[in-house]
Amino acid sequence: MKTGNNMRHIRVVAVAAGISMIAFAASAADTTGITDTTIKIGNIMPYSGPASAYSQIGKADAAYFKMVNDNGGVCGRQIEFISYDDGYSPPKTVEQARKLVESDQVALIFNSLGTATNSAIQKYMNAKQVPQLFVATGASKFGHPEEFPWTMGWQPDYVSEGKIYARYLLENMPDAKIGILYQNDDYGQDYVNGLKEGLGDKASSMIVAEQPYETSDPTVDSQVINLKASGANVFFNVATPKFAAQAIKKAAEIGWDATQLLNSVSNSVGSVLKPAGFDNSKGIISALYLKDPQDPQWKDDPGVKKWEAFMDKYYPDGDKTSSFTFYGYSVSQTLHKVLEGACDDLTREGIMKSAANLKNVPLDMTPEGILVDTGPDDYYPLQNMQLIKFDGERWVPFGKVLSGAAESN
Amino acid sequence: MSLSEREATSLEAREAGTAVRATSASALAQVGVLAVLVVLPFVLSGFQVFQLNMMLIYAIAILGLNLLTGINGQFSLGHGAFYAAGAYVAAIIMDHFGLGYAWTIPAAGLVCFVIGFLFGLPALRLEGIYLALATFALAVATPQFLKLSLLEEWTNGVQGIVILKPDAPFGLPLTPDQWLYFFTLAIGLLLYWMARNIVASRSGRALMAIRDNPIAARSMGINIALYKALAFGVSALFTGIAGALGAIVVQFVAPDSFGFVLSVALLVGLVVGGVGWLPGALVGGAFVVFVPNIAEEFSKGLSGAMYGVILILLIYLMPTGAGGLIRTIADRMKRH
Amino acid sequence: MEIFLQQVLSGIATGGIYACMALAIVMIYQAIHTLNFAQGEMAMFSTFIAWELLQWGIPYWAAFFLTIALSLVGGFLVERIIFKPIENAPLLSHIVVFIALFAIFNSLAGFIWDFSIKPFPSPFGTSTLFGSGLIGAHQAGMIVVTLAVLLLLFIFFRYTRVGLAMRAAAANPESARLVGIRVSMMTGLGWGMAAAIGAIAGMMIAPIVFLEPNMMLTILLYGFAGAVLGGLTSPGGAVVGGLLVGVVENLAGIYIPVVGAELKLPIALFLIIAVLVFKPSGLFGQTVVQRV
Repeated sequence: MKTGNNMRHIRVVAVAAGISMIAFAASAADTTGITDTTIKIGNIMPYSGPASAYSQIGKADAAYFKMVNDNGGVCGRQIEFISYDDGYSPPKTVEQARKLVESDQVALIFNSLGTATNSAIQKYMNAKQVPQLFVATGASKFGHPEEFPWTMGWQPDYVSEGKIYARYLLENMPDAKIGILYQNDDYGQDYVNGLKEGLGDKASSMIVAEQPYETSDPTVDSQVINLKASGANVFFNVATPKFAAQAIKKAAEIGWDATQLLNSVSNSVGSVLKPAGFDNSKGIISALYLKDPQDPQWKDDPGVKKWEAFMDKYYPDGDKTSSFTFYGYSVSQTLHKVLEGACDDLTREGIMKSAANLKNVPLDMTPEGILVDTGPDDYYPLQNMQLIKFDGERWVPFGKVLSGAAESN
Repeated sequence: MSLSEREATSLEAREAGTAVRATSASALAQVGVLAVLVVLPFVLSGFQVFQLNMMLIYAIAILGLNLLTGINGQFSLGHGAFYAAGAYVAAIIMDHFGLGYAWTIPAAGLVCFVIGFLFGLPALRLEGIYLALATFALAVATPQFLKLSLLEEWTNGVQGIVILKPDAPFGLPLTPDQWLYFFTLAIGLLLYWMARNIVASRSGRALMAIRDNPIAARSMGINIALYKALAFGVSALFTGIAGALGAIVVQFVAPDSFGFVLSVALLVGLVVGGVGWLPGALVGGAFVVFVPNIAEEFSKGLSGAMYGVILILLIYLMPTGAGGLIRTIADRMKRH
Repeated sequence: MEIFLQQVLSGIATGGIYACMALAIVMIYQAIHTLNFAQGEMAMFSTFIAWELLQWGIPYWAAFFLTIALSLVGGFLVERIIFKPIENAPLLSHIVVFIALFAIFNSLAGFIWDFSIKPFPSPFGTSTLFGSGLIGAHQAGMIVVTLAVLLLLFIFFRYTRVGLAMRAAAANPESARLVGIRVSMMTGLGWGMAAAIGAIAGMMIAPIVFLEPNMMLTILLYGFAGAVLGGLTSPGGAVVGGLLVGVVENLAGIYIPVVGAELKLPIALFLIIAVLVFKPSGLFGQTVVQRV
C-alpha cells in the first residue's frame, strides 16, 4: 500500500538523515568562510621585501579567481580572494594568518609563499584545523599528512627533482664529475640531498665540488670560478633566478665547458635565460611540469590558448614570459577543481578531503604524462617531471616523463 | 612680609600647585592607560589580543633602545640583533633543554646583557654617525650570523625553531592569548618601573651627563667607559627580554624574522614615541604594529612608499615624537 | 698558487663594485659629514631610469650621460625639498629621513618596474679582458671608470673653487658663511654629485648582478666597509678600500674552513668596527682632532 511504502520511505530517509548527521557531527563540519553566496580564500605573499619578485604568483592567483567569478563562480558561489603582504618575514606571516583565520574568517589559506614563512604557521593551521593548501614552495617537509593533515604542497618537491637529475646522470653520464652551486638554505640543501640520494653509493665519487652561496652575496662569480677549477664537467645549478642567471653568464664568460643541470625554480626563459643570454644557455638541461608558453610546439595547444586568453583579459600587466604567471594559473586551477569536487560537502574538512582525492587530474598547462594525483597518504600532488634541453631559443623536451618517487623523506 | 616677598611666595605656591596638578594629571593618565591595557584583552578577539601583545613586546624593545639612545645618547641602528639573540635564547631553552618559558626571560636578559656589554666595549670609541654605521652593519649581518652552519646544531639554521604555546597556569580561565598578554604586561610594567628608577638615580644622571657633554662628565669623575658599556648592556637586556617574549608569542624563530627591517622599525618606533621620554615606547610599539598595516590598506604595491611618506611627515610635524607633542600640550595647559 | 691568483683577481672584480659604491658614499660624506643610508636605493633608482631610457630606444652613451644629469638634478632637489626644512634637526631625525627615503625609492622602483631581474647592457662587452680569462672585460672596464671618476673628483676638490667651497662648507659651516660661501647651495650640490656618482655606480654594477629593486642593500654595506677601511675623507682610499674588501672576502671564502663562504657579511661588520675603533680615519684618511 502506498501509505505503507511512504512510511517505510520516510523511516529510511529519517535513519539515513540521522546517520549522516552523526557522521557530520563527528567530522565537525566547519563552514567558516563559506556562505550560500561566497567562499572566502586567504593568501599570504611577499609583496614587499627581498622576495617580492614572487608576488606575481599572488597577482596571477587573484586574476584567476576573478575569471572564475565572471564565469559564474564555483559551487554556485563567488570567490572572495583576500591576499596580505608578509614581506617574507615569518612573524608577519603569523600575524597575517591569524588575521585571515580569526578576523576575516576565511575557509582556507591557499598558496602562501616561502618555506620558513609556511613553517611558522603550520602548527597553528593544523591546530585550528584550517586547510593550508598548495603552499608555494617545493620543500619536502610539507607533504606529511601523518603529522600535519591540513597542510599540503603542490609543485614537485626539490628532493624528488634532485633524484630525477641523478637518474639522468646515472643513465647517461655515469663517469661524470659533478660540481654543485647551491643556495645555502633548506631549498638548496633539499636539491643536493635529492641528488645524493639518487646517486646512492656513487655520490661521493661523482660529486667533486660543492659551492654554497648566501642570498646576501652580490654575485656568485667566485663560486663559479672555483667550480670550474675543480675539474667538474657537470654543473648542477641550484640557484634562485637572479643567481642562476649570474652563474650561467659567468660560466660562459670563463669558458667552462660543462653540461649544466638547472633547477626548475629558475628555468624561466624570460626571467632567467634571457638576462643570462640565450647563447650562453644553449644545452642546459632542466625539468618541467608545466608547458612553457614560449615553446612553439604549444602554439595551438588548447590549454595554452586558454591561459593566453586569461592573461590578456585578466592579468594584462603580467609578464607572459615569466613562469610565475602560469604557475599561479595552474595552482589556482587545481584549487578550482578541488572546490568543484567538494561542492557536496563545502566545509573545511570537505575541501581537505577533496584535495586529498585528486586522481590523475590534468591541468591546462600540464603536458601529457604529468597529472595531479593525491591520496590520503600521498600529499605530493605533482611528482612527475619532463626533462628538457634548451636549444638557444626554447626548451625542447626529450626522453620520457620521469617520476620523483614518493619515498622522499 | 613685603609685597614682593608675598608675591614670590604666592607665585611659588601657584607653581607648586601647578606642579602637583601636573603630576596628578600625569599619574591619572598613567593609571588610565594601565586600566585600558588590563581591560582590553577581555573585549577583543584572540587575533587582536595577539596584536596588542606584539605592541607591548615592541614597546619593551623600544624602552631598551630609549635607555641607550634617549638617555645615554648612543645611536643604535642594530637593536634587532639583541631582539634576535633574546628570541633564539628563548627558543633554544624551550626546544633543546625543554625548560619552561618562564626561565627564558631571565636567561635571555642575562645573555643579551653580556652580548650588549661586549658590543658596547668597541662601541665606546664610536660616536654619532659612526656608531650608526657600525650598528647598521650589525643589523644587516644578523640574519647571516643566525644561519651560520657552525651554530646550526643549536639554531636549526634557516628552518627555524617551532615553539609550543603555553597555556594559562593554575587552570585560570584565560585563553593562551590572554595569558601571554598578561604575562607580557606584567614583565613590561616591571621593566618600565626599573627603567624609571634607573633614569631617576645617580646612574641615570651620569648617563644623561655623558649624553649631553661627555667631556664635562669625564672631568667630573664619571667613568665614561663603564657607564657607556653598561648602558649598552642594560639596553640589550631589555630588548633581549622583548625578543624572548616575541618568540613565545609568535611560536617560531627563523633568521629571516630578524633582518634590517626589524632594527629600522625599532628606531622609527623610538623616534615616533619621543626620544628620551620613556612612556613613548608604548606609542612606538603601536606604530610598529599598526602603521604598516595601514600603509598596506592604502596600496599593496606602494606600502613601503606610504610608510616612508608617513615617516617624513612625522619628522616634519612632530620631530620630538609623541613625547614632545604631549609636553608641548602640557606646557600650553600650564600657562593657562 | 693559481687558485690564489684567480681568487684575488675575482676579488678585485667584485671589489670594483664595492669601490664604485664607496666613492658615492665618500662623496656624500664630503658634502654633509654624514652617511646617507639611502644612497644605494637612489643609485638603484637612477639605474632604472637609465634602463627605461634604453627601453625607449635611446642609445647607450646618451642614456648614460642623460641619467647622470637627471641624477644630479634629482639629488639636488631631494636635498632642497626634503632636507632643507630639517637642516637643524638632530642627527637622529636625519637618520629617520634617510630610512624613509630608502623605503620610498625601493617601493617606487618595485611598483613602477616590478621585482623581476632585468639585464642591463655593458659598454665593455661580456667576454674576458683581451680574452685572457683573467678578469671580465666589464669588470675591468668598471674599475677604469671608477678610477676616472676618482680622478675627476680629486681635481674637483683640490683645484676648483667650488670644490674648495664645498669642503669648507662641510667642515665648518659657520666660518664658511662668514667668507661668503652659500653653504646650503653647497650641500645641495654635494647631494647632487653624490647621486650622480651613485648613478654611475649603479650602471656599472647592474650588468653583473642584474637590475632589480633589492640589488643594493648588501652592496651598500660592503661599500660602507670599503669607504671606512679606506678612510671616509679620502676618495682614493675608498676605492682601495672597496677593492680590498672584495679580495679579503674571497680569500676568507677559501682559507677559512667550513664557514668561510658564509662569513662575507660578518667580515664586513668586523672590518667596519675594527677600523673605526683602531684607526677611525681609515688607511688613507685624515685624522680629525677634536678640540675641547
